[in-house]
Amino acid sequence: MRKFWALFTARNMEFYRDRAALSWAFIFPLLIIVGCALVFSKPDQTLIRLGLIGEIGTYNELALAQQNYVEVTEYAAPERALEQIAHHQIDLLVEREAGGYRYWVNPESSPGLAAQQLLRSLDSDKLLQEEQLRGQAVRYVDWVMPGVLAMNMMFASLFGIGYVIVRYRQNGVLKRFQATPVSALQFIVAQVASRLMIVVLVNGLIFIGCDYFLNLLMLGDYSLLLLIALAGALSLLSLGLVIASRTASEELAGGLLNTLTWPMMFFSEIWFSLENAPGWIQSVANVMPLTHVVNAARAVMIEGAGFAAIAHHLFALLVTTVICLLLAARLFRWQRE
Amino acid sequence: MTPILEVRNLTKHYRLVQAVKGISFSIPTGICFGLLGPNGAGKSTTIEMIEGIKTPSSGEILYKGAPRGKDFAQQCGIQFQSTALPDFLLVREVLALFHSFYDKTLAIDELVSLCDLGEFLDQEANRLSGGQKQRLLLALALINDPEIVFLDEPTTGLDPQSRRRFWHLIDRIKKQGKTVILTTHYMDEAESLCDDLVIIDHGTIVDQGSPQSLLQKHLPHRQVSLHTDSEIETAAITGEVSFSPGVVTIDTLSVEKTLQELMTFNLDLSTLRVHNPTLEDLFIKLTGHALRD
Repeated sequence: MRKFWALFTARNMEFYRDRAALSWAFIFPLLIIVGCALVFSKPDQTLIRLGLIGEIGTYNELALAQQNYVEVTEYAAPERALEQIAHHQIDLLVEREAGGYRYWVNPESSPGLAAQQLLRSLDSDKLLQEEQLRGQAVRYVDWVMPGVLAMNMMFASLFGIGYVIVRYRQNGVLKRFQATPVSALQFIVAQVASRLMIVVLVNGLIFIGCDYFLNLLMLGDYSLLLLIALAGALSLLSLGLVIASRTASEELAGGLLNTLTWPMMFFSEIWFSLENAPGWIQSVANVMPLTHVVNAARAVMIEGAGFAAIAHHLFALLVTTVICLLLAARLFRWQRE
Repeated sequence: MTPILEVRNLTKHYRLVQAVKGISFSIPTGICFGLLGPNGAGKSTTIEMIEGIKTPSSGEILYKGAPRGKDFAQQCGIQFQSTALPDFLLVREVLALFHSFYDKTLAIDELVSLCDLGEFLDQEANRLSGGQKQRLLLALALINDPEIVFLDEPTTGLDPQSRRRFWHLIDRIKKQGKTVILTTHYMDEAESLCDDLVIIDHGTIVDQGSPQSLLQKHLPHRQVSLHTDSEIETAAITGEVSFSPGVVTIDTLSVEKTLQELMTFNLDLSTLRVHNPTLEDLFIKLTGHALRD
């Protein structure tokens, strides 16, 4: 324990004294958030956002769906569409039924009420059954924020642990530790613990700052969000350890880490939803730990999900962590071969 | 008495190279033992196999008569040829970090005094001068008060003053009764510090013994040279006499006898020089090339 604590403290001091890295850990996510806030503060130009359950071809008789000023989205199943009605992300949802149509509107959404009036006016000749679904508006920034925080966590975890260990191996620090009674496990656990604490602390501070400036939507439990942050950071750190386990070149490590981070940045639903993407892309995304971090955090923040609803994401992160740690322990070398 | 360390038929193969080819030697307790050889001779590979940093391809390493146990790292001190330390840590923090790794330790104040670290304790460890850094690395090697200390080319790259200062530190360690194993390609370092040494070239031991015994065995002659234009009768001199313009050189087994013979010629002996063969000469004789080739 004494060795672990000494290594843990030394690594924390190293991070704290590296002012350039410390500043960047805070500046990078803030730049993204400010950028997002600026870009997405512009109001949506679409007049009416209409959701249809089933294929659009079966709605040829629905006059509202044929209007130029209406943006139509198809939904294979109603669950996701109902969430979007509740969160003001679409204005009206329509489903074809025998002899008429059933529609959902959020009475707290002004565009929703306007869309309802248009539907009743344009399709007054049809049998229309109204359903109401209440829910708070979710801005894009509320939707994207969990992803941005998760992305920052990904970079801080993968590069934070990956580069440090590769640099230590390259300049001989690892070799010096190898000559002491410190075991590889003690060294790795201390590095992971230090980075885990830093990543969660930095992301926590960024969350607090963003909440202060952007008044983020947070419907769930903060303790669940912390649990997701810990499980997510741990799985990403383990992944970084696999890359760093025997690589002795910072250039190679950089290339490998970029190969991991770029697909995760695009296919982990940070910036856009993959619900309409091909099945194979969704399958690939499900293997990525970041997808589970983003979806779990988003579910807690904007849907108020409880533990049971996100348990499968936490389980996926746990499995990733265990597999990567075992792999890293097997591959780890103190020195270049 | 059981040697503190014994190495039997040690070999190390890399993919395309056999770096160490069946090396054997034993080291008595309390001496400074040198592994002498040029760069690439296999010294560092040998010492790193003994330290446990590299795995031998074959051979046996015995510490106090038995294979090294898991706690060998607790009992030995190691200074590598080149080592970086964690960034941004001060010298006192590096000492505290390494101090925490061992069960038995020297007090940090004692180490500071032994290795003269007092003047830069609050400086960043990775920003020290060459000599200061080597002293810190030596302190780290001694932090667990080891019985055996491995020093791999500890003075490479240091200026002459720093090298002398480092030698002085090694003398202090020897006086504490510790066994020191030193690799070097500096002849003067080996001659000054080592009680016993092996000369290694191309992964094999060329010869082994104390510096004096090796010199006596392979290079018993001394060279006496004198600047003079006078005629010298070679028959009156014991030893091989050679002439170059203005200089007479005599290879002799006895300097005293040669001096007595030269005095019979009533020469001006103020330019007389006696050259003792060095390990460098020995190395060239044994291997056919210089140490730094």
